[in-house]
Amino acid sequence: MTTVWLNDESREVPVGTTLAALMAEHGVPERGVAVALDGAVVPRASWATVRLLEGARLEVLTAVQGG
Amino acid sequence: MDPLVIGHRKFGSRLIMGTGGASGLAVLERALVASGTELTTVAMRRLDAGGGPGVLALLERLGIEVLPNTAGCRTAAEAVHTARMAREALETDLVKLEVVHDERTLLPDPIELLDAAEQLVDDGFTVLPYTNDDPVLAAKLADTGCAAVMPLGAPIGTGLGIRNPHNIEMITSAASVPVVLDAGIGTASEAAQAMELGCDAVLLATAVTRASDPEAMAHAMRLGVEAGRLARGAGRIPRRHWAQASSPSVE
Repeated sequence: MTTVWLNDESREVPVGTTLAALMAEHGVPERGVAVALDGAVVPRASWATVRLLEGARLEVLTAVQGG
Repeated sequence: MDPLVIGHRKFGSRLIMGTGGASGLAVLERALVASGTELTTVAMRRLDAGGGPGVLALLERLGIEVLPNTAGCRTAAEAVHTARMAREALETDLVKLEVVHDERTLLPDPIELLDAAEQLVDDGFTVLPYTNDDPVLAAKLADTGCAAVMPLGAPIGTGLGIRNPHNIEMITSAASVPVVLDAGIGTASEAAQAMELGCDAVLLATAVTRASDPEAMAHAMRLGVEAGRLARGAGRIPRRHWAQASSPSVE
């Protein structure tokens, strides 16, 4: 297993898990969200090809009421 | 009314709304409709922070363009990152750039703001910076390529109105880009005043969302903005020290 961090909470995932798989497992919606991996934005088109490495830090943002 | 032009976009309404502070989506919806707005802000937060994407679906249904902000950012680096996340999530190049210095005043940090504005303009964003009521900073932000400048009337959420009308007038009289009065508006007369001072639009949230009747206040703000715009264009009379009779003399 590999430990990754999703919005600062640790998750154990099988080695080689893709970003797309992790997002699907957590029910992240198809639209209106953005993901950063270790501080860099990952375009949605790349989710399926990005494999998560040990200690990867993921930030998932969406739009909320504000401003 | 003639359209508000920001970058390559045109808006029929000169009232930009925020969505913060509303007690629920149903109340927010009625207020947004009553305001007539065509452009409305949202904030970017962690997906697990609650709230969900309901506000996005609402704006989409109402045909209102979304203006993501960088609220909560304290440094240029944070704001640039948040803007890039918003662009990816919402598929827009628009950003309300907000880089505040501290929680107590929520006043913009001018140094970080200008730095972030330069980076985002270079990265292809249509940047609308929330700025101090400082004519020099406003001019510098416009020079960097910002699509508009958005000086505050008073600190966010205070409802204190336009504390330095002279500064706002200096900004509008020298501006090379649209000026949006952002923050501090408490009631409709202040929205009208912003337009009379030459602002091209008004951005407000709290004054509507935390009013006793948000829908009615949104309508009032819409009329205030329209009235102020018309009055500005109509050319007010000069101020006089002594009275001047408006009826013919008795002779």
